[in-house]
Amino acid sequence: MKLLVKNGTVVTEKGEIKADLLVENGKIAKIASKIEENCKAIDASGKHVLAGLIDMHVHLREPGFEGKEDIESGSKAAVKGGVTQVCCMPNTNPVCDNAVVASYIKHRAQEVNLCKIHPIGAITKGQQGESLPDIGKMKAAGVVALSDDGKSVDNSLIMRLAMEYAADFGLRCLCHCEDKSLVDGGVVNEGYNSTLTGLKGSPRAAEDIMIARDIALSESLGIPVHICHVSTYSGVEIIRNAKARGVKVTAETCPHYFILTDDIITGYDTDTKVNPPVREEKDKNAIIAGLKDGTLDCIVTDHAPHSLKDKQVEYNLAAFGISGIETSFALSYTYLVKSGVMSLCELMDRMSSSPAKILGLEGGVIEEGAPADLVIADFAEKYVIDPAKFLSKGKNTPFKGFEVYGAIKYTLVDGAIKYKA
Amino acid sequence: MLKRKDLLGLKDCSAEEIYEILDTAAEMKKLLDSDCKHSDLLRGKALVTLFYENSTRTRSSFELAAKYLGASEVNISVATSSVQKGETLIDTGETLDAMNIDFVVIRHPMAGAPKLLAEHVRASVLNGGDGMHEHPTQALLDIFTMREKLGKVKGLKVAILGDIKHSRVAMSNLFALTKLGAEVHMYAPATMIPKEIEKLGARVAKSREQALDGADAVMGLRIQLERQHGGLFPSLSEYAKYYGVNDATLKYAKKDAIVLHPGPVNRGVELSPQVIDGEKSLILEQVKNGVAVRMALLKLLGEYREKRL
Repeated sequence: MKLLVKNGTVVTEKGEIKADLLVENGKIAKIASKIEENCKAIDASGKHVLAGLIDMHVHLREPGFEGKEDIESGSKAAVKGGVTQVCCMPNTNPVCDNAVVASYIKHRAQEVNLCKIHPIGAITKGQQGESLPDIGKMKAAGVVALSDDGKSVDNSLIMRLAMEYAADFGLRCLCHCEDKSLVDGGVVNEGYNSTLTGLKGSPRAAEDIMIARDIALSESLGIPVHICHVSTYSGVEIIRNAKARGVKVTAETCPHYFILTDDIITGYDTDTKVNPPVREEKDKNAIIAGLKDGTLDCIVTDHAPHSLKDKQVEYNLAAFGISGIETSFALSYTYLVKSGVMSLCELMDRMSSSPAKILGLEGGVIEEGAPADLVIADFAEKYVIDPAKFLSKGKNTPFKGFEVYGAIKYTLVDGAIKYKA
Repeated sequence: MLKRKDLLGLKDCSAEEIYEILDTAAEMKKLLDSDCKHSDLLRGKALVTLFYENSTRTRSSFELAAKYLGASEVNISVATSSVQKGETLIDTGETLDAMNIDFVVIRHPMAGAPKLLAEHVRASVLNGGDGMHEHPTQALLDIFTMREKLGKVKGLKVAILGDIKHSRVAMSNLFALTKLGAEVHMYAPATMIPKEIEKLGARVAKSREQALDGADAVMGLRIQLERQHGGLFPSLSEYAKYYGVNDATLKYAKKDAIVLHPGPVNRGVELSPQVIDGEKSLILEQVKNGVAVRMALLKLLGEYREKRL
């Protein structure tokens, strides 16, 4: 099976080149200025050819919450968003804390056969924060990392033991950082807008304390750790300092943290409710700077689809989360590259090669011999985000009506076209 | 004329609208003080009070206001616990709407709930208090009382002492008073002061004396015992000693200052018994004015409904 991508601008780690790209047997066989081959071809004139995106923080909801999303709808949404590899969080029902659930997810992913799906196992049994699950067996079943996402492992000893044990199997803990006692039921950022709206605020310190703790564990044990969805300026600073002294910490953030501020909550729109909460201008600016200088290694979506009934309620009762996998690339391109913050190569590092490196996944690069996980995008085309058009079951986005650039035209996984606009 | 379907808060009301409500309330107070407390202004109209939290004064005040104006009135109590497991607020609202009611007064423990309801019902929604957000009718009756006794609102120094962080009364008063040109000074333990409240125009005092110094009106807010268990203050007696208003501290206020409290009051905590029962206290007058203010709102919102429909 051969496929030729002609006349596009190919974005590699080294830079952008006008080139043709030949796909053969699911791999990138050749990149050259002119390739003549008698096979199926895609004309990518005026478009960019990028490495498929890797989203290492996604909630696919299956098994257990198929009303919000399932592996099929989530995969369709992923490839529409240019995502070729998804790491899915274990807060399903049952929780992915054992090899059976991990195998089920892998099996469903193969049945659906759209993007590559890597399950993330729970750090603790049932995500209860008390004891370790069968980490080795989960690893054998295909788990690529561990996380109790949705909450922190409150007990520092359990967290330490999990990090040590998981490291033996080459698995990294992805830490959702939240000191529950300090959050104290807060649903938005604590500050001017929480006072204005009467919605209970959660202070930055609630996130920062756990970031600092997990970095302290990482530093004292010499074991890598990954910090999830950083939302505070102070958290960025803690991570920057740790990296400067050589701590093996990596970190991620999401488009809503570098595009939005908590001014969006004043209308009580529950689609703005997310954990950690969207914060203030100085946080947004620090996160942009952190992405630019590499303090924040990657952009993820924390894709958290919810059904209408989870969101059409009082703000306090609404579920936390944003359906983001279909909008992540265009938003990131528009707000980071088009706005001049970073180059396209840097963006591709944050959205593709960096997550691949953190988790040791194949892909994330465009080079001969690499898997042909590719995206063809049109940066000239402007469009308006319309959740009604989402393929995800979750229409919950605060970005409704945003004008963005960077329309995904094709998504290829192992050389096969999985999405075509 | 008040050109709005609902009254969700005072944050979005203009000074003109607030004055119109106060002026109308003054008319209503005459009716309230007359021998026959009855008018047909709202004859054939229906009001439902939908309360997800306990209330004595707000609810009975709205019920009486509706009755005095000739409207029918029904009340629905929903235990707070059932908010999470029972019918959704939107479903409840649509059910009420199907009965062709004209007004819903909602009290709810969560900020923004009246707005959510208002977006889903044809009836006019009046906010009877939502979480830590707003309690507009309480602030209107407070300001009505200040204006009636002190002759004006502009230029007044109003001192608010108590659990400001959890007080929707404080918020609504702050929004309205600053709009009308009054100064709002606040004093409480730091654990009970909301973040960045100064940006909304409040002046956070450094001491009780500073807050009360030269005040025209002194408002105490209820200290809830459960906040003590939450660690916001060590004990009621310590609170009373350092943050409460008593005759000695009240001396810092103007000679003819008035004392207000939205009730229910904890005697000897936020206000001493002497202050509560003293000559400056207008706590019971506030209750009466509450009925007048609510009558005024029902009249004005009712007139707008008539025009619009």
